[in-house]
Amino acid sequence: MSAEEKVVFERPHALLPVITNYCPGCPHGIVHRLVAETIDELGIEGETVGVAPVGCAVTSVDFFGCDMIEAAHGRAPAVATAVKRVHPNNVVFAYQGDGDLASIGMAETVHAATRGENITVIFINNAIYGMTGGQMAPTSLPHQITQTSPYGRDTTTAGFPIRVSELLSSLDGVAYLERVTVDSPKNVRKAKKAIKKAFQNQIDGVGYSLIEVVSTCPTNWGLSPQDSFNWMRENMLPYYPLGVYKDVVADGFANAAEAAAARSADCPVAHPEKAGA
Amino acid sequence: MAEKVLMKGNEAMAESAIRAGCRFFFGYPITPQTELAAYMSKQMPKCGGTYLQAESEIAAINMVYGASAAGARVMTSSSSPGISLKGEGISYMAGCDLPGVIVNVQRGGPGLGGIQPSQSDYWQATRATGHGDFQIMVYAPSTVQEMADYAYLAFDKADEYRIPVMILADGMLGQMMEPVLMPEPKDELPEKPWATTGHKNERKHNIVDSLYLTPDALERLNRERFERYEVIKANEQRAELFMCDDAEIVLVAFGASARIARSAVVAAREQGIKAGLIRPITLWPFPTDAFESVMDTARDFLVVEMNMGQMVEDVRLVSEGRVPVEFFGRTGGIIPTPAEVLKRIEAAHERVGE
Repeated sequence: MSAEEKVVFERPHALLPVITNYCPGCPHGIVHRLVAETIDELGIEGETVGVAPVGCAVTSVDFFGCDMIEAAHGRAPAVATAVKRVHPNNVVFAYQGDGDLASIGMAETVHAATRGENITVIFINNAIYGMTGGQMAPTSLPHQITQTSPYGRDTTTAGFPIRVSELLSSLDGVAYLERVTVDSPKNVRKAKKAIKKAFQNQIDGVGYSLIEVVSTCPTNWGLSPQDSFNWMRENMLPYYPLGVYKDVVADGFANAAEAAAARSADCPVAHPEKAGA
Repeated sequence: MAEKVLMKGNEAMAESAIRAGCRFFFGYPITPQTELAAYMSKQMPKCGGTYLQAESEIAAINMVYGASAAGARVMTSSSSPGISLKGEGISYMAGCDLPGVIVNVQRGGPGLGGIQPSQSDYWQATRATGHGDFQIMVYAPSTVQEMADYAYLAFDKADEYRIPVMILADGMLGQMMEPVLMPEPKDELPEKPWATTGHKNERKHNIVDSLYLTPDALERLNRERFERYEVIKANEQRAELFMCDDAEIVLVAFGASARIARSAVVAAREQGIKAGLIRPITLWPFPTDAFESVMDTARDFLVVEMNMGQMVEDVRLVSEGRVPVEFFGRTGGIIPTPAEVLKRIEAAHERVGE
């Protein structure tokens, strides 16, 4: 390399130089990169422990350079909770799909959030079960055709899709929720910013942060990667609008606990410090 | 000088676990193990530990999985229906070679069953705690002292063999009070270089994982794990032999039912019947050596359990037809009386003849 040449783009250190097993056009690669860039930029690879539960990204235990734990289907928030309790100074993240997070693991998700576990969750919502070959997910859209909704998701029998960010935004333990996507350079930059903030929040002790990434599954949607992004923009983004759903810091609080205390200000038993005042 | 204290079995297991270096407890309320979790919730904050009431049994065992992966000594406790829910997590722990201690204070089943003492989870503990090819170590204490002793030992064995260890108790042992001498608190715990603690840029990343998509790799790992199980079988069998030296009618019972069987054996001896008792303390590994030691004198095995007949199958496997194996059990939460057991001993004695 000559003196004038300088490296402007390279593989993040926290993403190991191995071949992933994701399908062509799968956005997991983009999101993995954003997580790894964040880990590099914050200089936390040595302190980070990732939790990858069942789903396509379970194999990411081999891709991220930090210590990694595979989790049972849906159980990543419980596993991450314990890792963080054992090592409060570690940075702990869970990387989950929609079936995992919003179906089989909904209890673990809601309770880790409401406990205000100081962890970071990356939630990939592509409205389908990818690993098992394209079944209906909790976030599959009404009339969306999947292997197990071959006539389209019938909301009279299969119910409605779950809007996870909206649902979790009501919980006192949550510090930061943002829904992003990675369909364009502009949106990738926004997603990166959100992911980095979600990790920084943990380092700063702000509390539970979850980034929902509206994503695609070209293989199981039966569309090309670009057509998948078109379908996503056309159908998913109106159902799952991008944006910030909760940000206690932007609301003027130091952390989730402070925001929760303000919300319960009129409940005497929740505020023993005010007794006799 | 340490002194004996009067404690409930459930509390003795909790205190002993803390003394063994357990600083993380994850549980979910269920009768009749309640006192154990309550004790942990009181004591853990005082010793810098964590008590966390999980949202479910499933979450609790997965927290055990996470804390264990992170290198901590960790425990959960439950009762029969709750242990069924933990089965998934225990299987994952076995698949990842993660240590951890699981307490089952058994109650009658199936389904919601009852809340009275039972031993009907013997098969679950020793055969199929969860899916897949694996075993866990199972200790069956019979006194409050043993509950303390084996809760303490369980952590060492779990770490030594990187295996989940279960304390299989029951509602009677959990709820009753006896004097107990507590073990000394441990100040040194084993290193766990495999744990996911953050690599500190000093080593390759550690992975805790049970996923092997290549059949060859999975078979090789399972075979390696079973080689470790053979070592456990060779080294870790425990049983108490009571009046077995010349015993012809050999009772076999563990845990609470062993207490009743012991009384019945004493009563039978008073009548001149050569009765004895093998009390398995490890249910897995099953203490086969203890059985071999009585084969010369034994003319009848009488297995007494608080279930419809579960351990009796292991006794038949050991006996291999050499000695007849009979069964007496009560179920649904009923504790057999020494008198009913004595009747069975007398009947066996008559059958076997002089």
